[in-house]
Amino acid sequence: MADDKPKRVTDIGPPHYEKFLPPVIKDNYGKWKYHEILKPGVMVHYGHSGDKLFTVRAASPRLMSIDKMRDFADLADKYCDGYLRFTSRNNVEFLLTDESKIDPLIEDLKALNHPVGGLGNSISNIVHTQGWVHCHSAATDASGIVKAVMDEMYEYFSEMKLPAKIRIALACCLNMCGAVHCSDIAILGIHRRPPRIDHNTLERLCEIPLVTSSCPTAAIRPTTTPEGKKSVEVIEEQCMFCANCYTVCPSMPLNDPLNDGVSIWVGGKVSNARTAPMFSKLAIPFIPNNPPRWPEVTDAIKNIVEVWAANARKYERIGEWINRITYPKFFEMTGIEFQKEHIDDFKFAGLTYHRTAQLVR
Amino acid sequence: MANLPNTPKLDELTKGPWPSFVSEIKRAAERSDMCKDLLGLLERSYNEKIGHWKHGGIVGVMGYGGGVIGRYTDLPEEFPNISHFHTLRINQPAGWFYTSEALRTLADIWEKHGSGLTNMHGSTGDIIFLGTRTEELEPTFADLTAAGFDLGGSGSDMRTPSACCGKARCEWACYDTMKACYDTTMRYQDELHRPMFPYKWKFKFAGCPNDCVASIARADISVIGTWRDDIKIDQAEVKNYADAGLDIFDDVVLNCPGKCMKWDGNTLEIDNDYCRHCMHCINVMPKALAPGDKRGATVLIGAKAPIIEGALLSSVVIPFIDIDEEYEEFCDIIERMQDIWSEEGKNRERVGEFIQRVGMGNFFEAAEIDLIPEMVTHPRENPYIFFEDYYEEGDEEEEEE
Ligand code: SF4
Ligand code: SF4
Ligand code: SF4
Ligand code: SF4
Repeated sequence: MADDKPKRVTDIGPPHYEKFLPPVIKDNYGKWKYHEILKPGVMVHYGHSGDKLFTVRAASPRLMSIDKMRDFADLADKYCDGYLRFTSRNNVEFLLTDESKIDPLIEDLKALNHPVGGLGNSISNIVHTQGWVHCHSAATDASGIVKAVMDEMYEYFSEMKLPAKIRIALACCLNMCGAVHCSDIAILGIHRRPPRIDHNTLERLCEIPLVTSSCPTAAIRPTTTPEGKKSVEVIEEQCMFCANCYTVCPSMPLNDPLNDGVSIWVGGKVSNARTAPMFSKLAIPFIPNNPPRWPEVTDAIKNIVEVWAANARKYERIGEWINRITYPKFFEMTGIEFQKEHIDDFKFAGLTYHRTAQLVR
Repeated sequence: MANLPNTPKLDELTKGPWPSFVSEIKRAAERSDMCKDLLGLLERSYNEKIGHWKHGGIVGVMGYGGGVIGRYTDLPEEFPNISHFHTLRINQPAGWFYTSEALRTLADIWEKHGSGLTNMHGSTGDIIFLGTRTEELEPTFADLTAAGFDLGGSGSDMRTPSACCGKARCEWACYDTMKACYDTTMRYQDELHRPMFPYKWKFKFAGCPNDCVASIARADISVIGTWRDDIKIDQAEVKNYADAGLDIFDDVVLNCPGKCMKWDGNTLEIDNDYCRHCMHCINVMPKALAPGDKRGATVLIGAKAPIIEGALLSSVVIPFIDIDEEYEEFCDIIERMQDIWSEEGKNRERVGEFIQRVGMGNFFEAAEIDLIPEMVTHPRENPYIFFEDYYEEGDEEEEEE
């Protein structure tokens, strides 16, 4: 049977991108002159040739059915000769050459519940991870919080009324599949309870040396249970709940409804514009999970965004604003309480101590 | 109409202006029992505040070590249709451009073999097919390759590279990001499909320092476009921006990190020797300013999320390379660094962590890369210097002989 199988094809890589580029892009590849944002979610690129390419950007939930894929394909056929793309932040973009088709396309997108926006000084789509929909490690859901936050922040997606861009990202555990650690606002799922060790399965499922060496704080030691089973023990005071042990060993889950939740981080950026890229810093150490709409999380984010928007200078990203006004002012203005958890105690913690007498009053 | 489970909590998330993932799952559930069970399971997670997925298992397609993530629910009796719910990662076309035909092909394949749920796209950039059974993996793969698609990376292999849309739709692209991404993906197919490294290895290609693909935060190799000649200025257009109400002094000059701009109300002057190529002035006045013509890229190494030893941003290896022209040289440098890490890196040690452990000076020296001041923010502050040689008495005389 194996003999008459057709030859298996492997290692072909992705299709070549040229197959998917509209003629206007092929003609102007590398020869674009400048662009303008015409209105929320709509921009035009002008080629040196005089050609124009219009882009309509719409929200997408990232978790998409094939039916929606087909809807998008139909819209692309109707308005842009079948050409569309997705962005690095999971928005969908339709690529048009006929300006008169923009508004009908926007109407059709609205009818599908896909609002346009996310360009310029707005909140773009939230990049996020799998959460309870698909991951074993999740300390919170991903899609649910994102939906709740974007419902609340919708006006900042569909209009351009902020001082600068905001990039929000969510990861449901410290693995950070979507590296969120350089976002204007990061929502990060965290565990708060040391791993529960299943001594009955550990020896069978896990390699003990790999488990002990996986711990960044050396909190895991090999042990033998009273019943004579080889296993490990965790020095609980040394555990900071990173779940790296669980990644290498299924017998050490950290997931726990009472103790899992989210933390909020602020002020990161990846762009090199003006200031160098920065990590996000801890704003709120812990908010319990409150599905389906996580109101405490959406309130916290709305508060940070609105205090920033009311006080920042033009083009000042959240981190740049805080660096100008300083963190004590950030806590004062947002009303967020400063707690012991805000003070770093891992490697290089000393670099974050305030080592100057320069302070605002 | 399919008989969907009762999901009052999830139903809350079908309301509101933002597109709803719950509506997407419900739509897919009209045809897929997997999605019906997924709704039930997720509602349960929303009630219990905990996930119901087991630690992944090792499943895949023949001859590949990556591209499939095994997933099983821990409640298989109650939700038998998602007892297996594996994910396939499919290598996206560079820049995420599609035709309607390509999307329909993907949809048809996934309707035949899986849940009908996707992510467009996953965090690394792949197309994600969410949820199928082990026995469907090979047939899905066969249909994908027949349609010209291949799997992406997972585990300790080269992960699927990604790129911004670059020259396809951005006037600021300083090199051909999509070509570099495609060429790199094709060159390293073996490394991408067959895990052979200490841990994952990611490439991201951004056309300019705006870094729309977050390469500096997320990629082991971050390639960020930049230029080396003068910024192009159209003074008349600068004036137009000013006349239209842009405060060029406050909003542009004061924000310049190189403090290298002057504006006298008529003319914008840039002392390009001190420009840091940050993009701010160009972002604000795209019609008036543009990167110069001597374009290429800065190559940086080592970004990663916190696990295990803490988060890192990438740092400079090559300040400037004309990567479109010198692609082989780029690959050669990358491979020299990768070989060292691959040989000496510990299990689950990203290259950024490896460099921290062995020292950047030692690492670059071993990779035969010249040490230059661009690699550090400033020279060391601490005097604990590992000098590598010292003289014994009499050495000096010997040298003179
Ligand atoms: S961030 Fe953590 S929980 Fe979320 S999908 Fe990634 S590994 Fe899973
Ligand atoms: S959760 Fe992290 S810190 Fe705690 S025992 Fe596991 S590896 Fe160590
Ligand atoms: S990274 Fe630069 S070149 Fe690439 S899309 Fe963004 S702005 Fe354009
Ligand atoms: S690119 Fe940045 S550093 Fe260079 S002149 Fe413009 S604002 Fe200044």
